[in-house]
Amino acid sequence: MNGTQLVFLGVGAVILISALLVVTTRNLIHAALWLIVTLFGVAILYALLNAGFLAVVQVVIYIGAIAILFIFAVMLTRKELRDRGPQLNPAWWLSAIVAALTFGGLVWMLQGWSGLTRSAGEIPPGFDAVGALGNALIAPNAFVLPFEVASVLLLAALIGAVYVAFTRK
Amino acid sequence: MNLWADPVNLAARWMAGLLDGWGTPAWLSTLLIQLVGVVLLVSVMMVVDILLVWVERKVVARFQDRLGPNRLGPFGIIQPFADIIKLLIKEDITPHGADRVIYNLAPILSLMSVLLLWAIVPLAPVIFGVDLNVGALYIIATGAIGTLAIIMAGWASNNKYALIGAFRQVAVLVSFEVPMIATMLIPTILAGSMGMNAIIQAQDVWYVVLAPLAAIIFMIAAIAELGRSPFDLNEAESEIVAGFHIEYTGMKFGLFYAGELLHAFTFGGFWAILFFGGYRLFGLEQLGPLVAAVILLGKALFGYWIIMWVRYTMMRVRIDRMLAFSWKFLTPLAFALLLATALVNTLLRDASALIHAGGMLLTNVVAGAIVVQILRRFGNRERARIRPSARSVPAGQ
Repeated sequence: MNGTQLVFLGVGAVILISALLVVTTRNLIHAALWLIVTLFGVAILYALLNAGFLAVVQVVIYIGAIAILFIFAVMLTRKELRDRGPQLNPAWWLSAIVAALTFGGLVWMLQGWSGLTRSAGEIPPGFDAVGALGNALIAPNAFVLPFEVASVLLLAALIGAVYVAFTRK
Repeated sequence: MNLWADPVNLAARWMAGLLDGWGTPAWLSTLLIQLVGVVLLVSVMMVVDILLVWVERKVVARFQDRLGPNRLGPFGIIQPFADIIKLLIKEDITPHGADRVIYNLAPILSLMSVLLLWAIVPLAPVIFGVDLNVGALYIIATGAIGTLAIIMAGWASNNKYALIGAFRQVAVLVSFEVPMIATMLIPTILAGSMGMNAIIQAQDVWYVVLAPLAAIIFMIAAIAELGRSPFDLNEAESEIVAGFHIEYTGMKFGLFYAGELLHAFTFGGFWAILFFGGYRLFGLEQLGPLVAAVILLGKALFGYWIIMWVRYTMMRVRIDRMLAFSWKFLTPLAFALLLATALVNTLLRDASALIHAGGMLLTNVVAGAIVVQILRRFGNRERARIRPSARSVPAGQ
Protein backbone atom coordinates (compact mmCIF):
# COMPACT_ATOMS: atom_id res chain seq x y z
CA MET A 1 0.00 0.00 0.00
CA ASN A 2 1.51 3.32 -1.02
CA GLY A 3 0.91 6.88 0.09
CA THR A 4 -1.69 7.67 -2.57
CA GLN A 5 -3.83 4.72 -1.53
CA LEU A 6 -3.63 5.74 2.11
CA VAL A 7 -4.74 9.28 1.23
CA PHE A 8 -7.52 7.86 -0.93
CA LEU A 9 -8.82 5.65 1.90
CA GLY A 10 -8.68 8.53 4.35
CA VAL A 11 -10.48 10.92 2.00
CA GLY A 12 -13.03 8.25 1.11
CA ALA A 13 -13.80 7.69 4.78
CA VAL A 14 -14.21 11.45 5.33
CA ILE A 15 -16.55 11.70 2.32
CA LEU A 16 -18.72 8.80 3.46
CA ILE A 17 -18.94 9.88 7.10
CA SER A 18 -19.74 13.49 6.25
CA ALA A 19 -22.28 12.37 3.63
CA LEU A 20 -23.99 10.28 6.29
CA LEU A 21 -23.98 13.26 8.65
CA VAL A 22 -25.58 15.44 5.94
CA VAL A 23 -28.71 13.28 6.05
CA THR A 24 -28.76 12.48 9.77
CA THR A 25 -27.93 15.78 11.46
CA ARG A 26 -30.84 17.73 12.96
CA ASN A 27 -29.63 21.20 12.15
CA LEU A 28 -30.07 22.23 8.52
CA ILE A 29 -27.08 24.59 8.53
CA HIS A 30 -24.90 21.82 9.93
CA ALA A 31 -26.18 19.57 7.16
CA ALA A 32 -25.14 22.17 4.57
CA LEU A 33 -21.69 22.50 6.16
CA TRP A 34 -21.22 18.72 6.21
CA LEU A 35 -22.22 18.71 2.55
CA ILE A 36 -19.37 21.15 1.93
CA VAL A 37 -16.96 18.73 3.63
CA THR A 38 -18.22 15.98 1.32
CA LEU A 39 -17.81 18.12 -1.78
CA PHE A 40 -14.34 19.17 -0.69
CA GLY A 41 -13.42 15.51 -0.29
CA VAL A 42 -14.54 14.87 -3.86
CA ALA A 43 -12.31 17.76 -4.99
CA ILE A 44 -9.37 16.07 -3.24
CA LEU A 45 -10.19 12.84 -5.11
CA TYR A 46 -10.02 14.75 -8.41
CA ALA A 47 -6.66 16.18 -7.38
CA LEU A 48 -5.40 12.66 -6.57
CA LEU A 49 -6.37 11.63 -10.11
CA ASN A 50 -4.19 14.42 -11.56
CA ALA A 51 -7.33 16.31 -12.64
CA GLY A 52 -6.37 19.67 -11.14
CA PHE A 53 -8.79 21.61 -13.31
CA LEU A 54 -11.77 19.53 -12.19
CA ALA A 55 -10.66 19.80 -8.56
CA VAL A 56 -10.54 23.59 -8.69
CA VAL A 57 -13.81 23.83 -10.63
CA GLN A 58 -15.43 21.52 -8.06
CA VAL A 59 -14.47 23.96 -5.30
CA VAL A 60 -15.51 27.05 -7.29
CA ILE A 61 -18.91 25.77 -8.41
CA TYR A 62 -20.03 23.33 -5.75
CA ILE A 63 -18.65 25.08 -2.67
CA GLY A 64 -18.45 28.65 -3.92
CA ALA A 65 -21.83 28.75 -5.60
CA ILE A 66 -24.15 25.82 -4.92
CA ALA A 67 -23.40 25.14 -1.25
CA ILE A 68 -23.50 28.84 -0.43
CA LEU A 69 -26.85 29.11 -2.22
CA PHE A 70 -28.08 26.18 -0.10
CA ILE A 71 -27.04 27.98 3.06
CA PHE A 72 -28.78 31.12 1.83
CA ALA A 73 -31.98 29.29 0.98
CA VAL A 74 -32.01 27.69 4.43
CA MET A 75 -31.31 30.97 6.20
CA LEU A 76 -33.90 32.92 4.23
CA THR A 77 -36.72 30.38 4.40
CA ARG A 78 -36.48 29.15 8.00
CA LYS A 79 -37.52 31.40 10.81
CA GLU A 80 -35.96 29.20 13.44
CA LEU A 81 -32.49 28.03 12.46
CA ARG A 82 -32.18 25.56 15.35
CA ASP A 83 -34.32 22.71 14.11
CA ARG A 84 -35.90 20.62 16.83
CA GLY A 85 -37.92 18.57 14.36
CA PRO A 86 -37.61 14.87 13.67
CA GLN A 87 -34.11 13.79 12.75
CA LEU A 88 -35.04 11.86 9.65
CA ASN A 89 -37.43 12.36 6.78
CA PRO A 90 -40.39 9.91 7.03
CA ALA A 91 -39.44 8.54 3.62
CA TRP A 92 -35.86 7.79 4.67
CA TRP A 93 -36.23 4.05 4.06
CA LEU A 94 -37.23 4.72 0.45
CA SER A 95 -34.11 6.80 -0.20
CA ALA A 96 -32.00 4.19 1.58
CA ILE A 97 -33.33 1.51 -0.77
CA VAL A 98 -32.68 3.68 -3.84
CA ALA A 99 -29.15 4.46 -2.62
CA ALA A 100 -28.44 0.79 -1.91
CA LEU A 101 -29.80 -0.22 -5.34
CA THR A 102 -27.65 2.43 -7.06
CA PHE A 103 -24.58 1.28 -5.16
CA GLY A 104 -25.33 -2.36 -5.96
CA GLY A 105 -25.84 -1.52 -9.61
CA LEU A 106 -22.55 0.36 -9.79
CA VAL A 107 -20.69 -2.52 -8.14
CA TRP A 108 -22.31 -5.00 -10.53
CA MET A 109 -21.49 -2.84 -13.55
CA LEU A 110 -17.89 -2.18 -12.57
CA GLN A 111 -17.11 -5.78 -11.59
CA GLY A 112 -15.31 -6.64 -14.78
CA TRP A 113 -13.64 -3.23 -15.17
CA SER A 114 -9.87 -3.35 -14.94
CA GLY A 115 -9.56 0.31 -13.91
CA LEU A 116 -10.61 -0.43 -10.34
CA THR A 117 -7.29 -1.91 -9.32
CA ARG A 118 -5.10 0.57 -11.19
CA SER A 119 -3.70 3.76 -9.74
CA ALA A 120 -3.68 7.06 -11.61
CA GLY A 121 -1.23 7.16 -14.47
CA GLU A 122 1.71 9.53 -14.39
CA ILE A 123 1.25 12.65 -16.50
CA PRO A 124 4.44 13.29 -18.51
CA PRO A 125 6.06 16.64 -17.67
CA GLY A 126 5.03 19.39 -20.06
CA PHE A 127 1.70 17.76 -20.87
CA ASP A 128 -0.99 20.44 -21.05
CA ALA A 129 -3.95 18.72 -19.39
CA VAL A 130 -6.15 21.84 -19.38
CA GLY A 131 -5.45 22.50 -23.07
CA ALA A 132 -6.25 18.88 -23.93
CA LEU A 133 -9.52 19.10 -22.00
CA GLY A 134 -10.43 22.34 -23.79
CA ASN A 135 -9.70 20.82 -27.18
CA ALA A 136 -11.70 17.71 -26.33
CA LEU A 137 -14.69 19.84 -25.36
CA ILE A 138 -14.84 21.56 -28.75
CA ALA A 139 -13.53 18.82 -31.02
CA PRO A 140 -16.28 17.45 -33.32
CA ASN A 141 -15.17 13.86 -32.85
CA ALA A 142 -15.01 14.20 -29.06
CA PHE A 143 -17.44 15.97 -26.73
CA VAL A 144 -18.72 18.99 -28.65
CA LEU A 145 -22.32 17.74 -28.71
CA PRO A 146 -22.73 17.06 -24.97
CA PHE A 147 -20.92 20.32 -24.27
CA GLU A 148 -23.27 22.34 -26.48
CA VAL A 149 -26.35 20.54 -25.13
CA ALA A 150 -25.25 21.38 -21.61
CA SER A 151 -24.74 25.03 -22.51
CA VAL A 152 -28.17 25.23 -24.18
CA LEU A 153 -29.68 23.69 -21.03
CA LEU A 154 -27.96 26.27 -18.85
CA LEU A 155 -29.05 29.08 -21.17
CA ALA A 156 -32.64 27.85 -21.00
CA ALA A 157 -32.43 27.77 -17.21
CA LEU A 158 -31.04 31.30 -17.23
CA ILE A 159 -33.81 32.63 -19.48
CA GLY A 160 -36.39 30.79 -17.39
CA ALA A 161 -35.06 32.36 -14.20
CA VAL A 162 -35.14 35.82 -15.75
CA TYR A 163 -38.71 35.22 -16.98
CA VAL A 164 -39.90 34.05 -13.56
CA ALA A 165 -38.23 36.96 -11.77
CA PHE A 166 -39.22 39.61 -14.31
CA THR A 167 -42.06 41.86 -13.23
CA ARG A 168 -43.75 43.89 -15.92
CA LYS A 169 -43.67 47.49 -14.77
CA MET B 1 23.93 25.50 -9.38
CA ASN B 2 24.90 27.95 -6.69
CA LEU B 3 23.19 29.51 -3.73
CA TRP B 4 22.52 32.82 -5.47
CA ALA B 5 20.90 31.37 -8.61
CA ASP B 6 18.48 28.95 -6.98
CA PRO B 7 18.50 29.07 -3.17
CA VAL B 8 15.26 27.22 -2.46
CA ASN B 9 15.86 24.18 -4.66
CA LEU B 10 19.46 24.02 -3.46
CA ALA B 11 18.28 23.92 0.16
CA ALA B 12 15.70 21.27 -0.72
CA ARG B 13 18.34 19.15 -2.43
CA TRP B 14 20.72 19.57 0.51
CA MET B 15 18.00 18.46 2.89
CA ALA B 16 17.14 15.49 0.69
CA GLY B 17 20.80 14.43 0.74
CA LEU B 18 20.91 14.81 4.51
CA LEU B 19 17.75 12.73 5.03
CA ASP B 20 19.04 10.16 2.57
CA GLY B 21 22.18 9.83 4.64
CA TRP B 22 20.05 9.11 7.72
CA GLY B 23 18.30 6.31 5.85
CA THR B 24 14.88 7.98 5.49
CA PRO B 25 12.72 6.42 2.78
CA ALA B 26 12.29 8.60 -0.33
CA TRP B 27 8.56 9.32 0.07
CA LEU B 28 9.02 10.36 3.70
CA SER B 29 11.87 12.73 2.90
CA THR B 30 9.83 14.30 0.05
CA LEU B 31 6.94 14.77 2.46
CA LEU B 32 9.20 16.28 5.13
CA ILE B 33 10.86 18.67 2.68
CA GLN B 34 7.51 19.85 1.34
CA LEU B 35 6.24 20.27 4.90
CA VAL B 36 9.26 22.40 5.76
CA GLY B 37 8.63 24.46 2.62
CA VAL B 38 4.99 25.06 3.54
CA VAL B 39 5.82 25.98 7.14
CA LEU B 40 8.55 28.34 5.93
CA LEU B 41 6.29 30.09 3.41
CA VAL B 42 3.44 30.47 5.91
CA SER B 43 5.82 31.77 8.59
CA VAL B 44 7.35 34.33 6.24
CA MET B 45 3.89 35.52 5.22
CA MET B 46 2.76 35.80 8.84
CA VAL B 47 5.84 37.89 9.67
CA VAL B 48 5.10 40.10 6.65
CA ASP B 49 1.53 40.30 7.99
CA ILE B 50 2.79 41.68 11.31
CA LEU B 51 4.65 44.40 9.46
CA LEU B 52 1.56 45.12 7.35
CA VAL B 53 -0.28 46.14 10.53
CA TRP B 54 2.36 48.82 11.01
CA VAL B 55 2.26 49.85 7.34
CA GLU B 56 -1.52 50.14 7.40
CA ARG B 57 -1.55 52.23 10.57
CA LYS B 58 1.24 54.49 9.34
CA VAL B 59 -0.38 55.05 5.94
CA VAL B 60 -3.86 55.71 7.29
CA ALA B 61 -2.30 58.18 9.69
CA ARG B 62 -0.69 60.09 6.85
CA PHE B 63 -3.97 60.11 4.91
CA GLN B 64 -5.74 61.53 7.94
CA ASP B 65 -2.99 64.05 8.68
CA ARG B 66 -1.79 62.27 11.81
CA LEU B 67 1.55 60.74 12.82
CA GLY B 68 0.41 57.19 13.56
CA PRO B 69 2.29 54.88 15.95
CA ASN B 70 5.58 56.58 16.86
CA ARG B 71 6.41 55.59 20.44
CA LEU B 72 7.77 52.03 20.30
CA GLY B 73 11.01 51.62 18.41
CA PRO B 74 12.09 53.67 15.39
CA PHE B 75 8.99 54.99 13.58
CA GLY B 76 6.85 52.92 15.94
CA ILE B 77 7.79 49.68 14.21
CA ILE B 78 7.53 47.67 17.45
CA GLN B 79 3.88 48.77 17.85
CA PRO B 80 2.30 45.72 16.12
CA PHE B 81 4.05 43.38 18.57
CA ALA B 82 2.48 45.29 21.44
CA ASP B 83 -0.85 44.96 19.63
CA ILE B 84 -0.38 41.20 19.36
CA ILE B 85 0.45 40.86 23.06
CA LYS B 86 -2.67 42.87 23.86
CA LEU B 87 -4.82 40.64 21.63
CA LEU B 88 -3.35 37.48 23.13
CA ILE B 89 -4.01 38.40 26.75
CA LYS B 90 -7.55 39.65 26.16
CA GLU B 91 -10.47 37.66 27.49
CA ASP B 92 -11.71 35.05 25.05
CA ILE B 93 -15.50 35.31 24.98
CA THR B 94 -17.91 32.90 23.32
CA PRO B 95 -21.39 34.41 23.19
CA HIS B 96 -24.36 32.63 24.68
CA GLY B 97 -26.07 30.44 22.11
CA ALA B 98 -23.13 30.43 19.72
CA ASP B 99 -22.46 27.35 17.66
CA ARG B 100 -19.15 26.62 19.36
CA VAL B 101 -17.32 24.51 16.77
CA ILE B 102 -18.30 26.62 13.76
CA TYR B 103 -17.70 29.81 15.73
CA ASN B 104 -14.11 28.78 16.45
CA LEU B 105 -13.48 27.34 13.00
CA ALA B 106 -14.48 30.50 11.11
CA PRO B 107 -11.45 32.73 11.92
CA ILE B 108 -9.07 29.87 11.14
CA LEU B 109 -10.72 29.26 7.76
CA SER B 110 -10.68 32.99 7.06
CA LEU B 111 -6.91 33.29 7.52
CA MET B 112 -6.35 29.94 5.82
CA SER B 113 -8.14 31.06 2.66
CA VAL B 114 -5.63 33.91 2.37
CA LEU B 115 -2.55 31.82 3.12
CA LEU B 116 -3.68 29.25 0.54
CA LEU B 117 -3.35 31.94 -2.13
CA TRP B 118 0.39 32.18 -1.52
CA ALA B 119 0.81 28.58 -2.69
CA ILE B 120 0.61 29.75 -6.31
CA VAL B 121 2.41 33.10 -6.04
CA PRO B 122 5.69 32.88 -7.94
CA LEU B 123 8.07 35.07 -5.91
CA ALA B 124 10.76 34.44 -8.53
CA PRO B 125 11.12 32.18 -11.59
CA VAL B 126 12.42 29.42 -9.31
CA ILE B 127 10.74 30.28 -5.98
CA PHE B 128 7.10 29.22 -5.94
CA GLY B 129 4.93 26.79 -4.00
CA VAL B 130 3.35 25.11 -6.99
CA ASP B 131 3.02 26.27 -10.58
CA LEU B 132 -0.63 25.35 -10.97
CA ASN B 133 -1.85 25.42 -14.57
CA VAL B 134 -5.27 26.60 -13.37
CA GLY B 135 -3.92 29.44 -11.25
CA ALA B 136 -6.60 32.00 -12.10
CA LEU B 137 -9.41 29.61 -11.14
CA TYR B 138 -7.55 28.69 -7.96
CA ILE B 139 -7.77 32.33 -6.83
CA ILE B 140 -11.57 32.20 -7.19
CA ALA B 141 -11.73 28.83 -5.41
CA THR B 142 -9.89 30.10 -2.35
CA GLY B 143 -12.16 33.14 -2.41
CA ALA B 144 -15.07 30.70 -2.05
CA ILE B 145 -13.50 29.34 1.14
CA GLY B 146 -13.15 32.90 2.45
CA THR B 147 -16.85 33.51 1.73
CA LEU B 148 -17.69 30.35 3.60
CA ALA B 149 -15.67 31.52 6.62
CA ILE B 150 -17.65 34.78 6.71
CA ILE B 151 -21.01 32.97 6.53
CA MET B 152 -19.89 30.62 9.28
CA ALA B 153 -18.77 33.51 11.48
CA GLY B 154 -21.97 35.46 10.89
CA TRP B 155 -24.25 32.54 11.53
CA ALA B 156 -22.45 30.92 14.46
CA SER B 157 -22.18 34.17 16.44
CA ASN B 158 -25.92 34.11 17.20
CA ASN B 159 -26.10 37.85 16.62
CA LYS B 160 -28.36 39.67 14.18
CA TYR B 161 -25.76 42.25 13.18
CA ALA B 162 -23.26 39.50 12.48
CA LEU B 163 -25.78 37.71 10.29
CA ILE B 164 -26.67 40.89 8.38
CA GLY B 165 -22.98 41.56 7.82
CA ALA B 166 -22.44 38.03 6.54
CA PHE B 167 -25.42 38.31 4.18
CA ARG B 168 -24.12 41.56 2.75
CA GLN B 169 -20.63 40.25 2.29
CA VAL B 170 -21.87 37.16 0.47
CA ALA B 171 -24.09 39.23 -1.83
CA VAL B 172 -21.10 41.40 -2.67
CA LEU B 173 -18.74 38.49 -3.18
CA VAL B 174 -21.11 36.57 -5.41
CA SER B 175 -21.73 39.64 -7.62
CA PHE B 176 -18.15 40.88 -7.91
CA GLU B 177 -16.79 37.41 -8.58
CA VAL B 178 -18.29 37.59 -12.08
CA PRO B 179 -16.37 40.65 -13.38
CA MET B 180 -13.30 39.38 -11.54
CA ILE B 181 -13.33 36.06 -13.38
CA ALA B 182 -13.95 37.84 -16.68
CA THR B 183 -11.01 40.21 -16.17
CA MET B 184 -8.74 37.41 -15.02
CA LEU B 185 -9.46 35.65 -18.29
CA ILE B 186 -7.98 38.58 -20.22
CA PRO B 187 -4.36 37.99 -19.06
CA THR B 188 -5.08 34.29 -19.57
CA ILE B 189 -5.99 34.92 -23.21
CA LEU B 190 -3.02 37.21 -23.76
CA ALA B 191 -0.55 34.77 -22.20
CA GLY B 192 -2.21 31.59 -23.43
CA SER B 193 -2.02 30.05 -19.97
CA MET B 194 -3.69 30.25 -16.56
CA GLY B 195 -0.44 29.52 -14.71
CA MET B 196 0.93 32.52 -12.81
CA ASN B 197 4.53 31.88 -13.85
CA ALA B 198 3.57 31.57 -17.52
CA ILE B 199 1.54 34.79 -17.35
CA ILE B 200 4.55 36.64 -15.92
CA GLN B 201 6.94 35.14 -18.47
CA ALA B 202 4.64 36.23 -21.31
CA GLN B 203 4.59 39.87 -20.19
CA ASP B 204 7.25 41.40 -22.37
CA VAL B 205 4.84 44.31 -22.44
CA TRP B 206 3.02 44.70 -19.15
CA TYR B 207 -0.62 43.78 -19.50
CA VAL B 208 -1.64 47.06 -17.90
CA VAL B 209 -0.67 48.58 -21.27
CA LEU B 210 -2.52 45.95 -23.28
CA ALA B 211 -5.59 45.81 -21.03
CA PRO B 212 -5.79 48.93 -18.84
CA LEU B 213 -9.54 48.70 -18.31
CA ALA B 214 -9.25 45.08 -17.23
CA ALA B 215 -6.62 46.09 -14.68
CA ILE B 216 -8.93 48.75 -13.24
CA ILE B 217 -11.94 46.41 -13.14
CA PHE B 218 -9.85 43.72 -11.46
CA MET B 219 -8.75 46.20 -8.80
CA ILE B 220 -12.34 47.32 -8.13
CA ALA B 221 -13.55 43.72 -7.91
CA ALA B 222 -10.62 42.87 -5.64
CA ILE B 223 -11.46 45.72 -3.26
CA ALA B 224 -15.08 44.52 -3.19
CA GLU B 225 -13.97 40.97 -2.52
CA LEU B 226 -11.75 42.20 0.32
CA GLY B 227 -14.71 44.01 1.85
CA ARG B 228 -12.72 47.21 2.26
CA SER B 229 -14.05 50.71 1.96
CA PRO B 230 -15.89 51.88 -0.19
CA PHE B 231 -17.31 48.36 -0.22
CA ASP B 232 -17.05 47.68 3.54
CA LEU B 233 -20.74 46.93 3.98
CA ASN B 234 -19.95 43.73 5.81
CA GLU B 235 -18.66 45.65 8.81
CA ALA B 236 -20.26 49.07 8.26
CA GLU B 237 -19.65 50.32 11.77
CA SER B 238 -22.23 53.10 11.61
CA GLU B 239 -25.01 50.64 10.73
CA ILE B 240 -24.27 47.16 12.04
CA VAL B 241 -21.54 47.84 14.66
CA ALA B 242 -18.82 45.53 13.32
CA GLY B 243 -20.60 43.12 11.03
CA PHE B 244 -19.68 39.49 10.87
CA HIS B 245 -16.88 39.64 13.46
CA ILE B 246 -18.87 41.59 16.05
CA GLU B 247 -18.73 38.82 18.68
CA TYR B 248 -15.10 37.87 18.26
CA THR B 249 -12.60 38.91 20.90
CA GLY B 250 -8.86 38.70 21.39
CA MET B 251 -6.83 36.70 18.95
CA LYS B 252 -9.89 35.34 17.12
CA PHE B 253 -10.66 38.87 16.03
CA GLY B 254 -6.92 39.19 15.40
CA LEU B 255 -7.06 36.33 12.91
CA PHE B 256 -9.83 38.08 10.94
CA TYR B 257 -7.89 41.33 11.04
CA ALA B 258 -4.61 39.70 10.02
CA GLY B 259 -6.43 37.82 7.28
CA GLU B 260 -7.93 41.03 5.92
CA LEU B 261 -4.60 42.86 5.79
CA LEU B 262 -2.76 39.94 4.23
CA HIS B 263 -5.63 39.48 1.77
CA ALA B 264 -5.28 43.09 0.63
CA PHE B 265 -1.53 42.66 0.25
CA THR B 266 -2.06 39.37 -1.60
CA PHE B 267 -4.46 40.94 -4.08
CA GLY B 268 -1.92 43.71 -4.57
CA GLY B 269 0.45 40.88 -5.46
CA PHE B 270 -1.98 39.27 -7.90
CA TRP B 271 -2.64 42.65 -9.48
CA ALA B 272 1.11 42.94 -10.00
CA ILE B 273 1.36 39.40 -11.35
CA LEU B 274 -1.56 39.66 -13.76
CA PHE B 275 -1.06 43.20 -15.03
CA PHE B 276 2.31 44.63 -13.90
CA GLY B 277 4.76 41.94 -14.92
CA GLY B 278 5.08 40.19 -11.56
CA TYR B 279 8.73 39.85 -10.63
CA ARG B 280 9.91 41.39 -13.92
CA LEU B 281 11.30 44.91 -13.91
CA PHE B 282 13.44 45.92 -16.89
CA GLY B 283 15.61 42.81 -16.66
CA LEU B 284 16.51 43.43 -13.00
CA GLU B 285 14.98 40.07 -12.11
CA GLN B 286 17.85 38.30 -13.89
CA LEU B 287 20.24 39.40 -11.13
CA GLY B 288 18.90 36.58 -8.98
CA PRO B 289 15.75 35.09 -7.50
CA LEU B 290 16.03 37.09 -4.28
CA VAL B 291 16.04 40.36 -6.25
CA ALA B 292 13.00 39.10 -8.18
CA ALA B 293 11.19 38.28 -4.92
CA VAL B 294 11.95 41.77 -3.60
CA ILE B 295 10.58 43.27 -6.86
CA LEU B 296 7.36 41.26 -6.59
CA LEU B 297 6.84 42.15 -2.93
CA GLY B 298 7.52 45.80 -3.75
CA LYS B 299 4.88 45.75 -6.50
CA ALA B 300 2.47 43.98 -4.15
CA LEU B 301 3.09 46.74 -1.62
CA PHE B 302 2.30 49.30 -4.32
CA GLY B 303 -1.02 47.53 -5.05
CA TYR B 304 -1.70 47.41 -1.31
CA TRP B 305 -1.00 51.13 -1.11
CA ILE B 306 -3.56 51.79 -3.89
CA ILE B 307 -6.12 49.72 -1.98
CA MET B 308 -5.41 51.76 1.17
CA TRP B 309 -5.54 55.00 -0.80
CA VAL B 310 -9.01 54.13 -2.10
CA ARG B 311 -10.09 52.90 1.31
CA TYR B 312 -9.24 56.07 3.18
CA THR B 313 -10.48 58.44 0.47
CA MET B 314 -13.85 57.06 -0.59
CA MET B 315 -17.08 56.91 1.36
CA ARG B 316 -19.12 53.74 1.76
CA VAL B 317 -21.51 52.92 -1.10
CA ARG B 318 -25.10 51.87 -0.48
CA ILE B 319 -25.61 48.16 -1.09
CA ASP B 320 -28.16 48.45 -3.93
CA ARG B 321 -25.96 50.95 -5.79
CA MET B 322 -22.98 48.72 -5.27
CA LEU B 323 -24.70 45.60 -6.60
CA ALA B 324 -26.13 47.58 -9.52
CA PHE B 325 -22.63 48.88 -10.22
CA SER B 326 -21.36 45.33 -10.45
CA TRP B 327 -24.21 43.78 -12.44
CA LYS B 328 -25.18 46.68 -14.69
CA PHE B 329 -21.81 48.26 -15.33
CA LEU B 330 -18.74 46.16 -14.49
CA THR B 331 -20.08 42.82 -15.69
CA PRO B 332 -21.17 43.96 -19.20
CA LEU B 333 -17.99 46.00 -19.57
CA ALA B 334 -15.78 43.10 -18.49
CA PHE B 335 -17.47 40.66 -20.87
CA ALA B 336 -17.33 43.12 -23.78
CA LEU B 337 -13.63 43.64 -23.11
CA LEU B 338 -13.12 39.89 -22.92
CA LEU B 339 -14.74 39.38 -26.33
CA ALA B 340 -12.89 42.31 -27.92
CA THR B 341 -9.55 41.22 -26.45
CA ALA B 342 -9.95 37.64 -27.64
CA LEU B 343 -10.86 38.80 -31.15
CA VAL B 344 -8.17 41.45 -31.58
CA ASN B 345 -5.51 39.29 -29.96
CA THR B 346 -6.18 36.55 -32.50
CA LEU B 347 -6.17 39.01 -35.40
CA LEU B 348 -2.91 40.68 -34.36
CA ARG B 349 -1.15 37.51 -33.26
CA ASP B 350 1.49 37.69 -35.97
CA ALA B 351 1.93 41.47 -35.96
CA SER B 352 4.96 43.16 -34.42
CA ALA B 353 4.95 43.92 -30.69
CA LEU B 354 4.37 47.63 -31.25
CA ILE B 355 1.33 47.14 -33.51
CA HIS B 356 0.00 44.46 -31.15
CA ALA B 357 0.29 46.75 -28.13
CA GLY B 358 -1.19 49.71 -30.02
CA GLY B 359 -4.06 47.61 -31.35
CA MET B 360 -4.89 46.24 -27.92
CA LEU B 361 -4.79 49.70 -26.38
CA LEU B 362 -7.06 51.06 -29.10
CA THR B 363 -9.41 48.11 -28.62
CA ASN B 364 -9.67 48.92 -24.95
CA VAL B 365 -10.46 52.56 -25.59
CA VAL B 366 -13.00 51.86 -28.34
CA ALA B 367 -14.72 48.92 -26.63
CA GLY B 368 -14.83 50.78 -23.33
CA ALA B 369 -16.30 53.92 -24.94
CA ILE B 370 -18.95 51.95 -26.87
CA VAL B 371 -20.05 49.95 -23.82
CA VAL B 372 -20.21 53.06 -21.64
CA GLN B 373 -22.28 54.88 -24.27
CA ILE B 374 -24.73 51.98 -24.65
CA LEU B 375 -25.09 51.60 -20.89
CA ARG B 376 -25.57 55.34 -20.46
CA ARG B 377 -28.33 55.55 -23.06
CA PHE B 378 -30.01 52.46 -21.65
CA GLY B 379 -29.78 53.82 -18.11
CA ASN B 380 -31.17 57.21 -19.12
CA ARG B 381 -34.09 55.58 -20.92
CA GLU B 382 -34.88 53.40 -17.90
CA ARG B 383 -34.72 56.40 -15.60
CA ALA B 384 -36.99 58.41 -17.88
CA ARG B 385 -39.46 55.54 -17.98
CA ILE B 386 -39.60 55.02 -14.23
CA ARG B 387 -39.54 58.69 -13.25
CA PRO B 388 -40.74 60.79 -16.22
CA SER B 389 -40.62 63.98 -14.15
CA ALA B 390 -36.96 63.54 -13.24
CA ARG B 391 -35.75 65.09 -16.47
CA SER B 392 -38.06 68.07 -16.39
CA VAL B 393 -36.70 69.24 -13.05
CA PRO B 394 -34.01 71.85 -13.75
CA ALA B 395 -30.62 71.22 -12.23
CA GLY B 396 -29.92 72.78 -8.88
CA GLN B 397 -33.43 72.52 -7.46
